[in-house]
Amino acid sequence: MTGLLYALLSLGTFALLAGIVLAVAQKVFYVEGDPMVDKIDALLPQTQCGQCGYPGCKPYATAVASEGEEVNHCVPGGERTMLAIADLMGVEPKAVEQEAAAPMLAFVREDECIGCTLCIKACPVDAIIGAPKQYHTVLADHCTGCELCVEPCPVDCIDMLVKPELIEHWSWPLPETRRSRLGHERREHHAGHA
Amino acid sequence: MPAMLRNLAQRLGMMAHSFDGGIHPSDHKLGAGLHSEPCPLSPVHILPMKMHIGEACLPLVAVGDRVLRGQKIARSEGYVSVPVHASTSGRVVRIEEYAIPHPSGMGMPSIIIESDGDDASDDSLEPITDWRNTDPALLRERARMCGLAGLGGAVFPTFIKLVQDSRFPIETVVLNGIECEPWLTTDHRLMLEYADEILTGLAIIMHMVNTDSAIIAIEDNKSDAAEAIEQALALRDDLEGARVVLLPTRYPQGSEKQLIYSLTGREVPAGKLPMHIGMLCQNVATARALYRAVVRAEPLTERLVTVSGDAMPRPANLHVRIGTPMRYVFAQQGLTDFEDVRILHGGPMMGELLRHPDVPVVKSTNGMLAMLEASFMGGHTQEQACIRCGHCSEACPAGLVPNLLADQCRSDQFEKAESYDLFDCIECGACSYVCPSNIPLVHYFRYGKGQIAQQRREKSFAEASRLRSEAREMRIERENQARAARRSSVRKTHAPAAESTAKTDAAGDSAADKTDEGSKD
Amino acid sequence: MLVMLSSPHMHGGDSLRMMMLTVILALLPAAAVSVYLFGWLAVLLILVCMLSCLATEAVCLKLMGKSLTTLLDNSAALTGLLLALTLPALTPWWMAVVGSIFAIVLGKQVYGGLGYNIFNPALSARVILLISFPLQMTTWIIPMSAATPVVNLYDLSTCLTLFFAGPDALKLGLDAISMASPLGHVKTEWTLGVPVADALAHYHYSYLGAFLGTEAGSIGETSVLALLIGGVFLMARHSITWHIPFSYLATVAVLAALFSGIDPDHFAPPMFHLFAGGLMLCAFFMATDPVSSPVTPTGQIVFGIGCGVLTWSIRSFGGYPEGAMFSVLLMNCAVPLIDHYFRPRVYGHESGRKS
Repeated sequence: MTGLLYALLSLGTFALLAGIVLAVAQKVFYVEGDPMVDKIDALLPQTQCGQCGYPGCKPYATAVASEGEEVNHCVPGGERTMLAIADLMGVEPKAVEQEAAAPMLAFVREDECIGCTLCIKACPVDAIIGAPKQYHTVLADHCTGCELCVEPCPVDCIDMLVKPELIEHWSWPLPETRRSRLGHERREHHAGHA
Repeated sequence: MPAMLRNLAQRLGMMAHSFDGGIHPSDHKLGAGLHSEPCPLSPVHILPMKMHIGEACLPLVAVGDRVLRGQKIARSEGYVSVPVHASTSGRVVRIEEYAIPHPSGMGMPSIIIESDGDDASDDSLEPITDWRNTDPALLRERARMCGLAGLGGAVFPTFIKLVQDSRFPIETVVLNGIECEPWLTTDHRLMLEYADEILTGLAIIMHMVNTDSAIIAIEDNKSDAAEAIEQALALRDDLEGARVVLLPTRYPQGSEKQLIYSLTGREVPAGKLPMHIGMLCQNVATARALYRAVVRAEPLTERLVTVSGDAMPRPANLHVRIGTPMRYVFAQQGLTDFEDVRILHGGPMMGELLRHPDVPVVKSTNGMLAMLEASFMGGHTQEQACIRCGHCSEACPAGLVPNLLADQCRSDQFEKAESYDLFDCIECGACSYVCPSNIPLVHYFRYGKGQIAQQRREKSFAEASRLRSEAREMRIERENQARAARRSSVRKTHAPAAESTAKTDAAGDSAADKTDEGSKD
Repeated sequence: MLVMLSSPHMHGGDSLRMMMLTVILALLPAAAVSVYLFGWLAVLLILVCMLSCLATEAVCLKLMGKSLTTLLDNSAALTGLLLALTLPALTPWWMAVVGSIFAIVLGKQVYGGLGYNIFNPALSARVILLISFPLQMTTWIIPMSAATPVVNLYDLSTCLTLFFAGPDALKLGLDAISMASPLGHVKTEWTLGVPVADALAHYHYSYLGAFLGTEAGSIGETSVLALLIGGVFLMARHSITWHIPFSYLATVAVLAALFSGIDPDHFAPPMFHLFAGGLMLCAFFMATDPVSSPVTPTGQIVFGIGCGVLTWSIRSFGGYPEGAMFSVLLMNCAVPLIDHYFRPRVYGHESGRKS
């Protein structure tokens, strides 16, 4: 009988102590804000293209972090971004719905531009410059290729061009080895990704 | 001898220093005994806008312009850059993208010159014969103006290294005459035939960085070159502090960091440059080019190229004008049929495999090798599984564990690869050379490095986009507030006309705002 | 269009096939001694193991849809030979076959084939056999009994009967031709309280015999001389480095010397340890298996020391008389960890290692 009592007492004390420690820890290590949103936002490509169904990268990051939105909606980010977010959130990776297209660049055909400033207002990253009744120009270095400027243009003078590949940015592809002939598949370290 | 014992002996000074790892490939130096000769002038010259490490140049000439040899035809944009010069006289016929010697097979904007056969030179530059009494800054400008870039293969703009920095005074200049790449014999021939020019170049370098100590490093398979340099050295009285050091032949002895260790027993700390430990390395060919630029006022328009390979009918060491099409150079030595031939730009250990010979000779072209397809790699191209034999890690001069790194790169574990010091790999190829499973280790490292670089680029672009997007949102917020304030004041005065002007103003403001921002970034 | 290939465009000429062949050649002296000692039995055992390893490998490759040319890398043949050399001469044929299948399937292919296995395939099969068939795996035939009147092992038909039908078919009692191994004998005597020196004297143990190969043991592990020749050959051909064998053997010798110096009645002397059991075979051929050993020299020394400590401890304190095989397998598990922590110092970095 006393044995049982001792056991209950000691366990109870232990639980109480643990509870206190946890409570203190929560106060001491309390983190301001929701860093998860920022962490996810940092993984997104910041094209602000809205292809995920949200009006920008940050809103999508917020939705993923707090509203349980799926991790696979970022089209330009592609598989790499999806895997990175899934890894961060600790959820199962999901197949991306759409293959990421080659990086694009908006280009204003200047002789057709009427200077209406509508594309300027549409650009989420301020990559188009120009004044009313003046030709507008896309700053190629800042354009994210989101295509948001194409729709508002009343004279359809904006083309989406494939971003030219720079020789300085060229990188080696994986060797076209005889590995596949050996029957080895490239080893995927992301478990669960099929 | 076990590495540990060797290290101990080196520490105690019982043995010369020697870098870790390394290999002994058969050297195939067919051209070692062949006197250098000029390559005939090609009818066309293709001059890419970038033949150095750094930023590309912008053309200064237009189609139809007549140019002279040595005339500056493209100016450098940015600091890490050197201008491009016409390598013969003639007419600019096209300015367009042209394939350059690059593994991607991609092109580069180039100026294409049709030579007129006169080979008339531009004499606007004045020789500086009294360089000893010339301000080093002027000499440095001369090196930049003449388009000098490291001719050992890295083509880093030479003038940048030739600087006196009070924080990092140069104690010793190392003149690199190692040439450890198999097949290549250009530095060897230069040392034999132009010892005096090289030594004057060295003296100019020493004057420029204000030191009187220099080491001329030569591998012991080129003892004749060492003798030639010694003899030339003995005849001069201005290079008391220079000495020739004969190093054992071992690849990659000529790699800057490994060479410095072999000579001094000191290592260049990771992420630092040789100048941070008071060393300056220059290739012998660069030293000679510096002499030519300073004393003879000749911009870099020609270089010595080893034309060799087991598919080459007549191997040679040719003085080739920069911009000469490789197909033309090969044809001079009897190679016109490229069926079943693989062309290498540079040596076999670090050079690039080219898709076709229709690329120009550039400043980094120290060799052009034509290899028989059948004997390529000795048939060792079938990649097999890694058995972790560790030969790669034994051969690695940087102390890496190549097989683990390759595994990490292959499976896209880039963070791990970085923590295993992927970026300390010098891509010398010793690991792939010894691999019994024929794993293209260097290829995996290049893949990994490229992917990491791309990720970094994407990340910084995304970060910039995010900042711009946030700035825009803040601006819109501000504008809305301003508009709301104005609207309330308009409502008070009941003047609908004023509202429309306010709107246009706002749009104008925002556009002007944006222009400001654009120029700021 | 050309395949995009990175430099280097030159190769040193080493190949997997040659490396494996070198190890097979290095094992030939030991194999020759085994044939001399155990006659046709050794030949049959080696042939059956090698052939069944090759056949199993072929079936696995076929099932996984890989090219059969992988067979030519000689690794399956080497596994078969190694396994055979670790078996007692009286191993029945089916046990050899089962062991070979274990070696290839469980030792190698389940991990993804050559290069991916954690454990040495031959050794893991040998241990599986030892645990599954403890009696057969510790029944040692008397070496040099080849020419004894009891049974003539140089006679092919006798050996075929022994190999395929077992000793019973010849109406031979096991006792007539078998004996304990020196390690087993010492262990048994020691548990009975007999000092080591006396136990060895009872056994008529001879160091020279152990060196040349006339003490009881598995067919390939008896002759220290033959294994040393093979090991030196491997080192001369640069197939292995001195790090693992040296650190392994030295650790065993040092520990044995230390403890037998303190308490000679309970601990066997270093020479006995070095010459006995599978230590030499393990040190030169099993622990040095590149796939399942560390890559870097420092790591290899750590690995060797670990093997040595475990071998000596199992022999001195464990339930099994021989610990070499277990210790190599145990250390195999530690290889990824060793590889991570004992990397060489990178040029231009301080020796401190970030994890």
